[in-house]
Amino acid sequence: MRFKRSKAVFAAIALASTLAACGNAGGDSEGVDVKAKEVDAGKFEAGSKMAELADAGKITVGVKYDQPGLGFKDASSDIPTGFDVEIAKLLVADLGIDPTDTGAVTYEETISDNREPYLQKGRVDLVLASYSITDDRRKVVGQTGPYFLTGQQVLVAADSDIKGIEDLKGEEVCSVTGSTSLENVEAAGAVGAPADTYSQCAEDVLNGSVKAMSTDGSILLGLAAQNDGELKVVGDEFSEERIGVGYSLDSPEMCGWINGVLQEAYDNGDWAKAFEATLGGDGVETPEPPALDDCAA
Amino acid sequence: MNAVLDNLELVLRAFSYTVLLFLISGVLSLVFGTLLAAFRVGPIAVLSRAAAVYVTAIRNTPLLIILIFFRIAGPKVGINFNFIDIKIGDLTLNNLFAACVVGLTVYTSTFVCEAIRSGINAVPLGQAEAARAIGLPFSGAMREVILPQAFRASVPPVASVQIALLKNTTVAGALGVFEAFARMKSLINDDVASRNAIFLTFAVIFVVLVEVVSFGANRLERRWRIAR
Repeated sequence: MRFKRSKAVFAAIALASTLAACGNAGGDSEGVDVKAKEVDAGKFEAGSKMAELADAGKITVGVKYDQPGLGFKDASSDIPTGFDVEIAKLLVADLGIDPTDTGAVTYEETISDNREPYLQKGRVDLVLASYSITDDRRKVVGQTGPYFLTGQQVLVAADSDIKGIEDLKGEEVCSVTGSTSLENVEAAGAVGAPADTYSQCAEDVLNGSVKAMSTDGSILLGLAAQNDGELKVVGDEFSEERIGVGYSLDSPEMCGWINGVLQEAYDNGDWAKAFEATLGGDGVETPEPPALDDCAA
Repeated sequence: MNAVLDNLELVLRAFSYTVLLFLISGVLSLVFGTLLAAFRVGPIAVLSRAAAVYVTAIRNTPLLIILIFFRIAGPKVGINFNFIDIKIGDLTLNNLFAACVVGLTVYTSTFVCEAIRSGINAVPLGQAEAARAIGLPFSGAMREVILPQAFRASVPPVASVQIALLKNTTVAGALGVFEAFARMKSLINDDVASRNAIFLTFAVIFVVLVEVVSFGANRLERRWRIAR
């Protein structure tokens, strides 16, 4: 009797892990084909971080692995996909490094918690991991951009009659531990339910443990696409997140270079192409690129 | 430090969750663990075998897997705690909280069982024989003679198990309960510049909480020492 029960337990755990592994990103698109650019002598000032990286021919970029549409890596692929990654590729290519060469470019997984320490310790050279620009973060790391504007929305079960965050006062709303989203949820009067990953939150919404989850609309759209017909995104954006690029305060010269590359991508349409290949889709209009911050500091 | 003081209310609420998780699963695991220990040393072969299998299976499984079973796999197969919805002031004890309490209890009670069993083994065999000789049944001998002595002998290991439980509650922070560890992560995200100060403050509060438990255990040990 006992044995049967433990068998059922193991079966259930095995089932849960298989289901978790089954998710597929919003689309099968490999993204935009970005070619490495020739670096002329003197393009980067001698001694700058960019010159150092271009000379070494190696770079480490911090990205998310669990956010479909922004930064997502499944078990079978070598390079993560998503909008963050596309922008990272543009920056890498500008250094004369082939963004698809995994020997030269390391796409290191950074979770919300370790983005600042990784930059401070030099473990990653750049962070493009749905990294909202905030004043507090700018005290310890460099941030520039934004290359994308998004806002927090709510994801609920497809048959739910919740219309937005207003309907969730006093209810549990899931988001990732240590993220800005979780605080915005609490500020809006809901009870925050912390989880380790966004996929776990989506799982909780699916099985009814929580009524809703909330984070940047772009992440929710990706999750809703993964679970088509079971989840939907509702409500207006109730916060503004300015997604930017993180770099180390030790090399402030990177700010100007990043802004330069972003501006060029805005002008020549690479930015729009990157958007369409990842977050865009049927019925999603490509927005105007946001205005870049100055690199005064 | 300011980051903690400015959010004192949130920090207090987070530690209330931590303490509640600890107290509720602590008491439940003591009760359930004692029961398991009694089953294991008892004369009924089926119960003794069942308790042994349970303890072996659970004790060798990582806590996180057990919690994930109750929190994520459970709801998929219809095991949920949605009927629980208690509000105490600002604290909500909901289905997620209940799942964490159940997971922690299931896990900790196996360790309590083994600690108490070690206490039972420390009771001289003559005590049990004497209890049987004066006509006490197994339950009576257990209740009146063996367990009281076993508890005294097992205060230090049981206290260790409970301290481990107090620290294990931090796992619940990844599973939907806004306890101290989850709150610490939020504060650090909010105020990156003082991450070291925030971390140290929370670590110190944890040390204080553990010290309180150790102190209580110490007192019990002293008070009960005269017995033999």
